[in-house]
Amino acid sequence: MGTIEVGGKVLETDEEGYLKNLSDWTPEVAEYMAKQDGLELTDNHWEVINFLREYYEEYQIAPAVRVLTKAIGKKLGPDKGNSKYLYELFPYGPAKQACKYAGLPKPTGCV
Amino acid sequence: MSEVTGGVEVEEEIGGTVKKFMFVNRKAPYGTIYALEGLEVVLISAAFDQDVSLVFLDDGVYQLKKGQHTKAVDMKNFSPTYRALEGYDIDKLYVEKESLEERGLTADDLVVDVEVLTAEEIAKLMAEQDVVLSF
Repeated sequence: MGTIEVGGKVLETDEEGYLKNLSDWTPEVAEYMAKQDGLELTDNHWEVINFLREYYEEYQIAPAVRVLTKAIGKKLGPDKGNSKYLYELFPYGPAKQACKYAGLPKPTGCV
Repeated sequence: MSEVTGGVEVEEEIGGTVKKFMFVNRKAPYGTIYALEGLEVVLISAAFDQDVSLVFLDDGVYQLKKGQHTKAVDMKNFSPTYRALEGYDIDKLYVEKESLEERGLTADDLVVDVEVLTAEEIAKLMAEQDVVLSF
């Protein structure tokens, strides 16, 4: 359990820093989390983060990284739907790290 | 955290034997944790590139019923997640005809495309599996 303070609000997180309540998320939360990891979010990051939020909205789960990679490829093209590109954006693992910034739970199957 | 699911290279290196896994879903979606846990196991199993199929029978057919409203039971409506299975390359979904009919349902009442099979046909499929897990 933990908390983060973003924009004057205290938000609950789990022990790994994922937001407890999906509805607490704002873009500032993503910026804050990225900063903690020493990362500056670019449009390319946001493309993935927004994609994940839409995916969750539709399917109610955070996708496994393989599924994410494939789905990104379908939507944004093969130059973005590959592990290398996604790992460059999210060095801690595209599914794990991007889901965290997107305010989603950790992908099912990630231990 | 192991992002095993991302290892395209790993898949090529290891290969290995593909077994036939069948997950049998028999219980109503809410009231117990079986349906949700079963679905999670299925999603995880997708990472291992096995031959996976799902069967829905008895009250398990309700897991796929359209129009679930779960606010009153204070559980997440996870039925949209069955529609994500296709993206996980899990496309063998079988529903028992008798179970549907007993509950006044047809394939049109379900959130995903399924193959409706008789109990006899499902029994036959089951016999062909390497592993059958029931939830």
